[in-house]
Amino acid sequence: MIGQLVVEGLAIGACYGLLAIAVVIIYKTSEVVNFAQGEMAMFSTFVAYHILLHYHYPFWLAFIITMVFAILLGVAIEFVFLRPAKEPTALGLIVLTLGAEMLLMGLAGWKWGAEQKYFEIPMAYNVTHEPIKGIIISDWAIGVFVVAAVLMTLLYLFFRYTRLGVAMKATQQNKNAAKIMGVRVERMFSLAWGLSSLMGAVAAMFFASRATLDTNFMMEPFLRAFAAAVLGGLMSIPGVLIGGELLGLIENFFGYVWPEWKPIVAFLVIVIVLCVRPSGLFAKHYVKKV
Amino acid sequence: MLQIKNIETWYDLIRALHGISFEVREGQIVALLGSNGAGKTTTLKSIMQILEDDDQPEKGSIEFLGKRIDTKDTEEIVRMGISYVPEGREVFPELTVLENIQMGAYTRRDKEGIKADMEMVFRHFPILRERKGQDAGYLSGGEQQMLAIGRALMSRPKLLMLDEPSLGLSPLLTKQIFNIIRDINQEGVTVLLVEQNVNMALKYADFALLMENGRIVRADTPEALLEDEDVKRFYLGIDTDEEREADGYRKAKSSKRYRRKVRFR
Repeated sequence: MIGQLVVEGLAIGACYGLLAIAVVIIYKTSEVVNFAQGEMAMFSTFVAYHILLHYHYPFWLAFIITMVFAILLGVAIEFVFLRPAKEPTALGLIVLTLGAEMLLMGLAGWKWGAEQKYFEIPMAYNVTHEPIKGIIISDWAIGVFVVAAVLMTLLYLFFRYTRLGVAMKATQQNKNAAKIMGVRVERMFSLAWGLSSLMGAVAAMFFASRATLDTNFMMEPFLRAFAAAVLGGLMSIPGVLIGGELLGLIENFFGYVWPEWKPIVAFLVIVIVLCVRPSGLFAKHYVKKV
Repeated sequence: MLQIKNIETWYDLIRALHGISFEVREGQIVALLGSNGAGKTTTLKSIMQILEDDDQPEKGSIEFLGKRIDTKDTEEIVRMGISYVPEGREVFPELTVLENIQMGAYTRRDKEGIKADMEMVFRHFPILRERKGQDAGYLSGGEQQMLAIGRALMSRPKLLMLDEPSLGLSPLLTKQIFNIIRDINQEGVTVLLVEQNVNMALKYADFALLMENGRIVRADTPEALLEDEDVKRFYLGIDTDEEREADGYRKAKSSKRYRRKVRFR
């Protein structure tokens, strides 16, 4: 039982982690918590659902089309909602993302209706294996682990070794200095939003296939992911992934012991952690030197 | 090389630059001097086009190597060969020293050339080679300044603009940085230097511009400025004999006289 709880917790934690990374990429670039994150991912998942239902494309083709759509959606939202804002305040930006969230939710409700739908991916939740006695692992969890590992590796390589990745980090850390280096900062913003939207869409597909697909299904995962991001320090990508895993594990264990406390306990832990370490578990501090 | 004609920069309703004009000749070290709020940094930012869009100067023109750059993007200006070391270094704190230096070569694609220039930067600043893998945020202030200059050199600039390289550095380090600036200049890079440390800047510059309240009030060789009574008194803190005898009242009076001085336009 314990083994299964751990596996399940890690898998759901990895999903939180992916979504949290999406939050962090935007937070670091645009300096705003993107409250439309969950709904952007929800909308992309609906697009995948639509393609599968009406065009009967093979799943992977639909997946690729959806990823392209997710990137474009992210770029478009940044372009339409955030870029026109002149000298915005943090609060103003948050309200803008909330507006984007409402819009996406309304659009999705108008197009696909409010009822719950099944969203199936090839890695089914109810197909399980028991490689070692006591550890039951579903296809879904295997899928999550593989996809999360691949995405993390790609992200790591991107930020570590590519010119573009380093330029994006530079933009996140100091926009003006990046501009002076000849970086086209606006493009980095588009890139960040596209990348973030893609990560979110991948996570949302896993969430949707585990439960059901409707216009609200990303609300709760997004809040968890946001909490995971805060727990991880809102800054480093490995940090928020660990934050996500921790959250997944805590939630799963308490969910087993006290099912009715499941949604609350994770947040309680976060509050306690933030009391002890206000900037999260893995935040780095640099003192600006004069 | 760089010609600035009558630019005016406004921050909302405040005019920061009242139509300034000057020229930077190739191969020189030109110092732009003045006290806080004189408009030195604004001048550099106007040249780099990094002010907010509606703050950019509407009047006047900026020409670099005979081409107007006041209509171009920062990115194009960097490509044309102007490099800027901002006030307070502005290194990327969470990138390693090496990545910071690589960022300086962002506009370039020639791998061999970048490698060679990286060696050149490490030759000027050996300490950076030792700190290659460290996060730039953990460097000392002086090392960050060196990194900022090294980074700026990586775009292979024809004109290097430095904003207060001596800010927050010990006199010894300041001297070291200035010596390196002179070396860089002797390798063929023209330098435009903004400084509050007038004494130091005048020692190294070929030509100096004195700014006050958004205007250029003097433009002369360092030798001439060092001999100038007003410059001596107000920028170098050297009192003349009669001044030393006088009390505070006289000083206040002389400051009034200074403000009435004829200005160059």
